Amino acid sequence: MTEKTPITLTVNGRNYTIAVEPRRTLADAIREDCGLTGTHIGCEHGVCGACTVLVDGEPVRSCLMFAAQADGKQIRTVEGLAKDGELHVMQQAFMDHHGLQCGFCTPGFLMLAVGVLEREPDISDEDLLDVLSSNLCRCTGYQNIVKAVRAAAKEMRGQ
Amino acid sequence: MKPAPFVRHVPKTLDEAVRILGEVAPQDGRVLAGGQSLVPIMAFRLAKPAHLVDINEVAGLDRIDNDGKMLAIGACVRHAAFHKPAVDNPLGRLLSVVARHIAHYPIRMRGTFCGSLAHADPSSEWCLTAATLDAVMVAKSARGERLIDAKDFFQGIMSTALAEDELLAQVRLPLLAPGAKFGFNEFSRRAGDFAMSAALVTWRMQDGKMREVRVGVGGAEPFPRRIAAAEAALEGQPPGDTAFRAAAEIAASAVDAMEDHQTSADYRRDLVRAVVQRALEMSAL
Repeated sequence: MTEKTPITLTVNGRNYTIAVEPRRTLADAIREDCGLTGTHIGCEHGVCGACTVLVDGEPVRSCLMFAAQADGKQIRTVEGLAKDGELHVMQQAFMDHHGLQCGFCTPGFLMLAVGVLEREPDISDEDLLDVLSSNLCRCTGYQNIVKAVRAAAKEMRGQ
Repeated sequence: MKPAPFVRHVPKTLDEAVRILGEVAPQDGRVLAGGQSLVPIMAFRLAKPAHLVDINEVAGLDRIDNDGKMLAIGACVRHAAFHKPAVDNPLGRLLSVVARHIAHYPIRMRGTFCGSLAHADPSSEWCLTAATLDAVMVAKSARGERLIDAKDFFQGIMSTALAEDELLAQVRLPLLAPGAKFGFNEFSRRAGDFAMSAALVTWRMQDGKMREVRVGVGGAEPFPRRIAAAEAALEGQPPGDTAFRAAAEIAASAVDAMEDHQTSADYRRDLVRAVVQRALEMSAL
């Protein structure tokens, strides 16, 4: 059926029961159907990384996954990073190291970096640089993003 | 930039998947695995499949099996499954080195090994790996199962021997000899971008000489292949700069290099020379 079918997305621990067409991307469902517009959509073909979210702990391009494929899965978006009014270590590091200017790419970078560091806390600086090449930023020139993520990585490791 | 409407089928078993594929294939039905190439193509509306057979919920397709001779990779094994060596054999390290060159980390979380082969982009690292190591493809349909050798599988740019109702259920890669050497190198203009040329080499040392030499080149021609003349030039030679330079030169003249609006055939041939030599140098480290 190309008609809408009901699915349940669990985003940041909250259930959203929505009806989507099979062609609805996860990115569009998060923004339009769940109303969580922190996840940004840039290129819509998997190049820019602005729409990166965590699905069952894995950083993925939400524009390259259909919402129906995420039915019943645990999704985390930028809205779920801060807890009790306090920024996540990664968000604070981006502020402290001037890792953003316009902010459009920031949610994608945050979810990418948090997702990778939760999966691989001891990732080398070199591999982390390779990971950060996944996403595009047109403001910062990347240097401050790299600094921010390396600083947050140290803190997340408890150093 | 939104995909056209389609019907999504979600089989739970391989038999169900190929039965549905057999039914919908004549109506432009396609298999959806990782979706990291198919979904962008759909977003551009270059493909508007009426049906997608989503195999992500088929049990058992995410398995990697090792029978001591071959590594059998299921249709839903993601690129990221090879980040760490998947098998205690030089092949495990080879796949791990190659995997890091595939697109970017989040793409590797979703994209699949078999999907890359079925898609058959000329610059695909896994297609080069399959061609160089003489992989065996297991094609399954409601009509039955057949094995296809890598040399017969790739037929052109994004074109393979798979029939429209066949699903690439598994790819089998032969394990390498203990102590086998390998080298890989690719050139692309941006990190994570499509390779404009790539080379994979394997050999083993016997009495100071290279034996069972394989030299594969991808990204330069419509599909990757072994370069027999370059292999012959290396076979029985001691590893070293003289042999490597000669083989790289032979590989460069053996390819019928593709041209595009940014790249001449001569430039691509130069890249082949460079990537083959660098892969050989890496293999000798």
